[in-house]
Amino acid sequence: MKKITTALDLRRVQEDLKKNFDPSKKLVTICAGTGCRGYGCINVKEALEAELQKQNMDVEVRATGCFGFCEKGPLVVVHPEKIFYQQVKIKDVPDIVSKTVASGEILEKLLYRDPFTKETVLKEEEVPFYKKQHRLVFGQNGLIDPTRIEDYLIIGGYSALAKALTEMTPEGVIDEVKKAGLRGRGGGGFPAGVKWESCRRAHGAPKYVIGNGDEGDPGAYMDRSLMEGNPHSVLEGMIIGAYAIGASEGYIYVRNEYPLAVLHLTLAIAAAKEAGLLGKNILGTDFSFDIHINKGGGAFVCGESSALFASIEGRAGEPRAKYIHAVEKGLWDKPTCLNNVETWANVPIIINQGAETYASVGTEGSKGTKIFSLVGKINNTGLVEVPMGITLREIVYDMGGGIPNGRKFKAVQTGGPSGGCIPERLLDLPVDFDKLTEVGSMMGSGGMIVMDDRSCMVDVAKYFLAFLQEESCGKCVPCREGVRRMREILEDICAGRGKEGDVELLEHISTGVADGSLCALGGSAPNPVLSTIRYFREEYDAHIRDHRCPAGVCKALITYSVNAEKCTGCGMCVKVCPVQAATGEKKKPHSINNDLCTRCGACIESCKFDAITVE
Amino acid sequence: MTNVSEIRKKTKLIVKKYSGDKSALIAVLQDIQEAFNYLPKDALAAAAKALGIPVSRVYEVATFYTAFSLKPRGEHVVKICMGTACHVRGAAAIQDKMERTLCIKPGETTPDQKFSLETVNCVGACALGPVVVINTEYHGQMTMAKVDKIIGKIKEGGAQS
Repeated sequence: MKKITTALDLRRVQEDLKKNFDPSKKLVTICAGTGCRGYGCINVKEALEAELQKQNMDVEVRATGCFGFCEKGPLVVVHPEKIFYQQVKIKDVPDIVSKTVASGEILEKLLYRDPFTKETVLKEEEVPFYKKQHRLVFGQNGLIDPTRIEDYLIIGGYSALAKALTEMTPEGVIDEVKKAGLRGRGGGGFPAGVKWESCRRAHGAPKYVIGNGDEGDPGAYMDRSLMEGNPHSVLEGMIIGAYAIGASEGYIYVRNEYPLAVLHLTLAIAAAKEAGLLGKNILGTDFSFDIHINKGGGAFVCGESSALFASIEGRAGEPRAKYIHAVEKGLWDKPTCLNNVETWANVPIIINQGAETYASVGTEGSKGTKIFSLVGKINNTGLVEVPMGITLREIVYDMGGGIPNGRKFKAVQTGGPSGGCIPERLLDLPVDFDKLTEVGSMMGSGGMIVMDDRSCMVDVAKYFLAFLQEESCGKCVPCREGVRRMREILEDICAGRGKEGDVELLEHISTGVADGSLCALGGSAPNPVLSTIRYFREEYDAHIRDHRCPAGVCKALITYSVNAEKCTGCGMCVKVCPVQAATGEKKKPHSINNDLCTRCGACIESCKFDAITVE
Repeated sequence: MTNVSEIRKKTKLIVKKYSGDKSALIAVLQDIQEAFNYLPKDALAAAAKALGIPVSRVYEVATFYTAFSLKPRGEHVVKICMGTACHVRGAAAIQDKMERTLCIKPGETTPDQKFSLETVNCVGACALGPVVVINTEYHGQMTMAKVDKIIGKIKEGGAQS
């Protein structure tokens, strides 16, 4: 692509690209997000291309960013009719090409079928999963090939950058972001404009801006889908931010586990440089800015700003005390402004729409939208982008379609290891930064893990403490040792060795850990324990007093038995049992010897008749 | 087995790629691991020398980040996702089963150097949970029965995953 030298030139390039783009032209888009790749969408894409060629049809097959509805992947949309197909397999490809692409004929069996009304749905936006979403940041993912800057330019990409550089002063940009009420999407929720302003005012040069893509929260993957699916939106936001702050260099810190995100960002940076949208004298102005990519090393604590700086500097990622803020002394002791990649991707939208329109969505204290990863025991897993203030019930039931297998909703976990579990009675809670904190959880980066009555809340608390103990960098003693002790207590409770007073002891240690740790990892480490004690105290008591795990999870407190009425004596459990605990004669009800049984669950998985019960 | 002089030579080339920049230590180690599948002792010493930093600092970083392995890893690296979404969908049972099938614990490698087993705190494919990643391939909605199937296939040499 040739270099774009002025804002006017950019508009011309966008217009030219649009001219060549005929919206009535046939096009097949296929979601190439991580979920769909896991289902083999790349093979489906290749099959589509081969079939189109075989049938002599000149139609583009575009692998795009993540559509979000991961549950039903691979997802395919046939344009211009926008026919939405789900769970597409290679064997469906010939029909898609010869019927739908060729003549617009609809293949009923590939359409989404509403599980309640049993009716099929033709278009993506009509699927209940999408209906209540407000896809401000994520909406373009399904249209563009993230490896092509042209696709981003066609949909108006980099217009916000041109507007900021030619029509606005740096202070004007900061004012706009402040007025829009944009808060950090990485978890902290700090007002972005305020942070930018302090960084602009700070003394010292050079200044740095950083995009935090070290998405370490287990159960969250929206940053990954954003970096993979629309990398230019992140870059554009960072470039605008750098202009506002007066920074000359930027970094994007990406998790080691996300190779595709690294690849797409690398391609995007190279393309933006070639187009004159990044590098020296951007769009012919005297503003110059460059972005580098740093790959993380698989340490959760590096999502914390000062640990992340240490990691970029090539050291072990240990946080430091923050008497002096990062905006004054951050990376290499220079003024640094760090925001999450989702925060950065919101910036071009604010500049394009204006602060007022942007702030019309959301609640009093939380503006705009937030992307959540809706996962766990839920029918429709995937990524949802919702306006702030929507209720948990709408997310779990209207979009998520409720709990699978007719089980009962128990809790939703938000905020990752720093967050908490929210019980059923709070389902009508409007989701925003402040409300989630009020109930003892937090927004975090946007993981939303749904749990049903087969999830043990003590086990969940133990799980998070095990995670945190492993990920604690070890610098602060209260975090390093306190979390370990708390984990031991929880392990005892789960193993049936719990004592009266354990819960109180957990609460007591929690205070010490929270108060005595430098960074948010330690400061919020007790949250999963405290929130489960607060809302599910009866489960702790059942473990400690009655030696019972009501959810049937904690191995030491449960037994397996065979329901003789349901058992057909097929012998599957005997075949899969690794310790010969399941026995019985063919065609007669079997039994399980609980002295031998290790509760591995193999028999339950293999039983087609649901005949094994856990108590 | 790669010999010492070759390890040193390759390491020097990697450091050169980053112009000897000390702050590129993590990237250097990532490249070394990619070249040798683990961090050989000789490579760490060579990297320290080429970057002009103490070996202790190289070890500090190499042992801090979980992505690095100081032990040779198997031909196929099996990563079990331990993210919250996978956990509530039964990742622990998949781990137990994988341990029994491969006869190793997380962090270990089979004696024939074919498989290494690792646990990862979320691979970011939560919709597919429980997830197992073998080398670079994602296996979603794992069951205990699928563990035998997938490992069996790799052992036969059928799937070069």
